Amino acid sequence: MIRLHNLHKSYPIGHDSLHVLKGLDLHIKEGEFVSIMGSSGSGKSTLLNIIGLLDTHDTGEYILNGQTIEHLNEKKAAVLRNKFLGFVFQSFNLINYKTALENVALPLYYKGIGRKERQVIAMEYLEKVGLKERASHLPSELSGGEKQRVAIARALATNPKVVLADEPTGALDTVTSHSVMELLRTINNEGMTVVVITHEEDIAEDTDRIVRLRDGVIISDEKVNKKAKA
Amino acid sequence: MKFIFDLDTWQEIYSSIRKNKIRTAITIIGVMWGIFLLVVLLGAAKGVENNFNKIFGSFATNSVFIWAQSTSEPFKGFQEGRRLTLKMTDLASINSEIKGLEFVVPRHQTQAVATNNFKSGTFGIYGDYPELDKIQKKDMVWGRFINHNDILENKKVCVIEEEIYKQLFDKEEYPIGQYIKINSINYKLVGMYKEGALRTGGPQGSIHIPFTTFQQVYNRGNSIGWLTITGKSGFDISQIETDVKLLLKNLHQVNPEDNRAFGSFNLGKEIAKVTGFLTGMQFLTWFVGIATLIAGVFAIGNILLITVKERTKEIGIRRALGAKPWEIKRQIILESVFLTGVAGALGIIAGGLVLMIIDATMGKGDNATLSNPTVNVEVILIAFATLMILGTLIGLIPAQRAVSIKPIEALREE
Repeated sequence: MIRLHNLHKSYPIGHDSLHVLKGLDLHIKEGEFVSIMGSSGSGKSTLLNIIGLLDTHDTGEYILNGQTIEHLNEKKAAVLRNKFLGFVFQSFNLINYKTALENVALPLYYKGIGRKERQVIAMEYLEKVGLKERASHLPSELSGGEKQRVAIARALATNPKVVLADEPTGALDTVTSHSVMELLRTINNEGMTVVVITHEEDIAEDTDRIVRLRDGVIISDEKVNKKAKA
Repeated sequence: MKFIFDLDTWQEIYSSIRKNKIRTAITIIGVMWGIFLLVVLLGAAKGVENNFNKIFGSFATNSVFIWAQSTSEPFKGFQEGRRLTLKMTDLASINSEIKGLEFVVPRHQTQAVATNNFKSGTFGIYGDYPELDKIQKKDMVWGRFINHNDILENKKVCVIEEEIYKQLFDKEEYPIGQYIKINSINYKLVGMYKEGALRTGGPQGSIHIPFTTFQQVYNRGNSIGWLTITGKSGFDISQIETDVKLLLKNLHQVNPEDNRAFGSFNLGKEIAKVTGFLTGMQFLTWFVGIATLIAGVFAIGNILLITVKERTKEIGIRRALGAKPWEIKRQIILESVFLTGVAGALGIIAGGLVLMIIDATMGKGDNATLSNPTVNVEVILIAFATLMILGTLIGLIPAQRAVSIKPIEALREE
């Protein structure tokens, strides 16, 4: 599903440049539940932005769903994001003057789906995250956990290939965090590829595979031992 | 262009406008004020113009009045200070020598007491030809104006102004066929007319008798009081004025350089001054109106720029969710066009209402300051179209700004 080969990325800082990703090789197969771990500055957010087509890599190869990603203009990137990727952010990033239902329906609007159908699909996904009753509420009327569930419903609405979650539990307490992770697990069980970025060990433990980054290189890539956890 | 008719597009616009109600209202007022000013000022200017037209309407505006005075320079043995009089023979010369003349109407004037039974008053008495009716249209209420028969037979008939009827006759009395006495001579009244807003006969009102009768009764031989000359369209009335005066100087043995010998008043020139003022006023109106409009539209652009800045993160989210740059852009442009459109429509409606109020309060009756203040529909349409184009152009700036930030940077914004 996602294949990275010798990926490099650096940011210019004044006259110097900061080398953030130093030749990453990563292969995430369809239906995997992967977490990418690392301390701040390790390059994990940059990696997610590149995977999420919000940023471009300098050299190396990125293949998303069999398609080599290069020379994307904003329009093409927007179409690919809409088609293949669902985003879940740490700060939820819901549009605050739209109701939960409208927020979930928004990516469907950009996909070009009609109003009625959009409402039906959005409601379906809200039901899936257990917030059908809260459909007409504004984000300000929802708790943090509920907001993140709405965001997950929104990420799922266009039926993407990959859900990318950037610190999805960063703003939540422990109990809510685990219920959000359980929700992601459920989605993964239905066949969705899920990539979670986190710096919390116990959140990473909830996934199937942990990729650890440090200073722009992968230092370990291991399966989580579920038996040991159980 | 399907998106324009898409309910969702408008819902997006509505929600983003609703978010900033006060700011939106203030912005709209700016543009509204501009187009309101334009409509009201243009309408008022039109009203003033209509009013001038109403006042001068009965006049041939390309007319010049010429009369004889005294010489101010000696010439060919004559001393200066010689009194000059226009003669009927001058009239014939003018008619044969000068090109582009429409009417040359000689007139005489004096003042006299006119009486009818026990009522009397001092009025202006005019000796006139029927042609006067051609250059200063007489709005006849009863009867007729002086005709050629009156001239040929030196008839003792008169035509009066309504003002005189009010002074000499009882209300509801029918004056035609009655006699009024002027300088102990009885004149049969053959017509009465209503004066326009510009009273040419002076404050007392005027009584017109046949020119030939006037010459006979007041012993004027074949002299002429003054000439009213109108030019055909296409001929410069100022040129005619100069030519006629030069010809008269020649006929009367006056130094061609003598500027005091013959007096004249060029109505065309005077009216051109007034209409020039009106044109200037309209130009000023356009200038002020359009400048205000542009300022208003800039305000809208400015507001949208701030709005876009505030919505950076939201725009980032939308783009992460798959909004194409053009979809973001068109939204903001449409918002700008919508705001300018609404503001323009409101301004035009408000301006129209004010013009209606002006018309109802100041535009009625003979002494109206503004008659029928209106603005052409074409002018409104052009102004509105300009506004929409400006709205689109100004919308491009914040729209470009909205998509110039990378989505990732937009998302990072707090």
